Amino acid sequence: MDVLTLSRIQFGATIAFHYLYPPLSIGLGLLLVIMEGAWLKTGNTLYHQMARFWTRVFALTFAIGVATGIVMEFEFGTNWATYSRFVGDVFGSALAAEGIFAFFLESGFLAVLLFGWDRVSRKMHFFSTCMVCLGAHFSAVWIIVANSWMQTPAGYHIVGEGMHARAEVTNFWQVVFNPSMMERLSHTVCGAWCAGAFLVVSVSSWYLLTGKHLEFARKSLKVGLTVALLASLLQAVTGHTSAQGVAKNQPAKLAAFEGLYNTTSNAPLTIAGWVDEKNEQVVGLQIPNMLSFLAHNDFHAPVTGLKAFAPEDRPPVQASFLFFHGMVGIGFTMITIAALGFLYFRHGSLHERRWLLWILVFSVLLPQMANQLGWFAAEVGRQPWIVYGVMRTPEGLSAVVKANVVLSSLILFTVIYFLLFTVFIYLLNDKIQHGPHEDDLIPSGKLALPTRN
Amino acid sequence: MQLDLNTIWFVLVGVLFTGYAMLDGFDLGIGALHLFTNKDEERRLMLNAIGPVWDGNEVWLVTGGGALFAAFPNVYATVFSGFYLALMLLLAALIFRAVAIEFRSKRPEHWWRQTWDVGFAAGSIVSSLLIGTALGNIAWGVPVDANGEFAGTFLGLLTPYPLLVGVTTVALFMMHGAIYGVMKTEGELHDKLRVWAMRCIIFFVICAVTLTMATLLYVPHMSARVREIPWLFSVALVNMLAIANIPREFHHGNDGKAFLSSCAAIVTLMALFALNIFPNLVYSLPNPENSLNIYNAASSSKTLGIMLIIACIGVPVVIAYTICIYWIFRGKVKLDRMSY
Repeated sequence: MDVLTLSRIQFGATIAFHYLYPPLSIGLGLLLVIMEGAWLKTGNTLYHQMARFWTRVFALTFAIGVATGIVMEFEFGTNWATYSRFVGDVFGSALAAEGIFAFFLESGFLAVLLFGWDRVSRKMHFFSTCMVCLGAHFSAVWIIVANSWMQTPAGYHIVGEGMHARAEVTNFWQVVFNPSMMERLSHTVCGAWCAGAFLVVSVSSWYLLTGKHLEFARKSLKVGLTVALLASLLQAVTGHTSAQGVAKNQPAKLAAFEGLYNTTSNAPLTIAGWVDEKNEQVVGLQIPNMLSFLAHNDFHAPVTGLKAFAPEDRPPVQASFLFFHGMVGIGFTMITIAALGFLYFRHGSLHERRWLLWILVFSVLLPQMANQLGWFAAEVGRQPWIVYGVMRTPEGLSAVVKANVVLSSLILFTVIYFLLFTVFIYLLNDKIQHGPHEDDLIPSGKLALPTRN
Repeated sequence: MQLDLNTIWFVLVGVLFTGYAMLDGFDLGIGALHLFTNKDEERRLMLNAIGPVWDGNEVWLVTGGGALFAAFPNVYATVFSGFYLALMLLLAALIFRAVAIEFRSKRPEHWWRQTWDVGFAAGSIVSSLLIGTALGNIAWGVPVDANGEFAGTFLGLLTPYPLLVGVTTVALFMMHGAIYGVMKTEGELHDKLRVWAMRCIIFFVICAVTLTMATLLYVPHMSARVREIPWLFSVALVNMLAIANIPREFHHGNDGKAFLSSCAAIVTLMALFALNIFPNLVYSLPNPENSLNIYNAASSSKTLGIMLIIACIGVPVVIAYTICIYWIFRGKVKLDRMSY
């Protein structure tokens, strides 16, 4: 394989593995704030026990997230040096801002969140939990700023020519609030909330099924299912605005998502199917006019097809189509499952419906799959560009790095990540089987003191 | 020398990497010393001494990398692609030590703990060695072509002088880590660490003297600025005094001040390094005209200005709460049920 393919596989593999963890940090971070807040407000120590249990799970996911995240920070320079020189002026600032505003906040207050239980007052501990949660969200903000700039570059101009050409900032706020940033940020954050909420739902349902820690499980389910339902509903809304943005800003990507070759008015929406690339058509279940309506709020509006772009400017169609439809399909499945779970929980009969509990146990996989597929769709759909319409992916490669070197690092990371994932699953299972500690029902240290108002 | 944006960013990137060396330096050092004791409780105490802070310490490296990317993208691109394999090994080592800290305590079995202990120690030593060796190569000079691309090989990076800098870095971090350990522990382990700290100081001083001689003999450009401006020699003097002060503070029982002396030693070493490479960031050997410096490798002054605003807002806040967190976790480390 050539150095381009290997570098793309390596970046794809390392970022995909990394991205199993940050959504959990963001989502669990929010749930920790809710649980600890509920404890402070109600004084019910069950919430304290929940916060402590989920903090342990949070610590595990956070450690792997940090370890695999350092790789990402360096990989632009190692494998995509020409890209780094070209965009450093714009893109580097977002990464540096992420370090200063997000990572320090997150990792600093994490110390208090994990180890400060007995050392600081309730309010200080709650404040730290909020700061960790905020830090996790800030890091999403800056990384989405950077990635969205690659999708819809704005606020820059090109200086120099040929080998010395590079993008320079003209307007910082236009770089930050580039056309796709807000809608992609909201969509990504909702996905992260889903990841955290469904993990809580899954573990709690398992306890209900096996008849363990029942009180703990019911309280966790209440929080988990509420967040899961709200986040998955919001996910559909933000997904819709995000897709409208793609239709406007990256029409070739939208055409690939829908496998639309000819520019058509009254374009149909495919519910499920695949692309017959040879005959340039989609095979599957379609709703007439719906794509036009969803993309442009008008049943008759023309939707740009792939043929409007030169063949060398089109993204891979089949892959984009399948990733996108996979994500959407899973998204709606999540809404259905969360809604069913929520309704039966409110009705008080969830514990009797073992089939639903089993579904809820496995539902933890859905947001992870949807998050991965969504990113694959976003990044594959951007091809052949590394910066949309400005720089092509092969042009961004490091000039001095050879294929055999990338192959060896790819093997290295594959082995390490495989090992990490095995240990992670083993330890996560260990924690879940062990369940919440009985001791955690009684706050200790300074936390045992009531809050002074 | 005038104080323009490029110079300010040279200083700021230097501050971030110095912060990294000073803070992550002690937890890498604790890692390097980890296998010196085979008692589980002592290993746990040492781990928990860095437990709440190692994660935040590592962020200095990540932010330093980000700042380098933003302020001097050409350096980020040239060095990271040029030192490709070395960097991948560094990343692997950093991953191992990070997850080892988290995983170790989760199971009580001896084989499980021993495996992660070795991972933690090896990861810490290899990281320190590679970071030092990279710095050594920057000091010695690396081949850079007219396009600003690295023109050497992986094995070409492993020459004696950079490796000597690597070993010196390991010694420095071990000394720093041992002194931090002395400050955070009590009883038997405290006394043990104090003996190790004295041995590490000797190890470091031997390395440092050898390195200084090698630098004066073989790398004249790394002492050119101090030769040119003699009063800068005081920085070297402060460095020596800071190290000499460590046994003195130990003798008086001021473990905290010993640690601050060790911090001062690291800061002065980094300052000497920065003073002598300035205004270059990557010194090109054998063609010094291809060197990447703070002007030809920098982002536009508009970006440097925006980044300076970001730094002025962010850095004071970061320093403030970092101090708060070190304050919350002050004092001798004790094991409780939240410990590793």
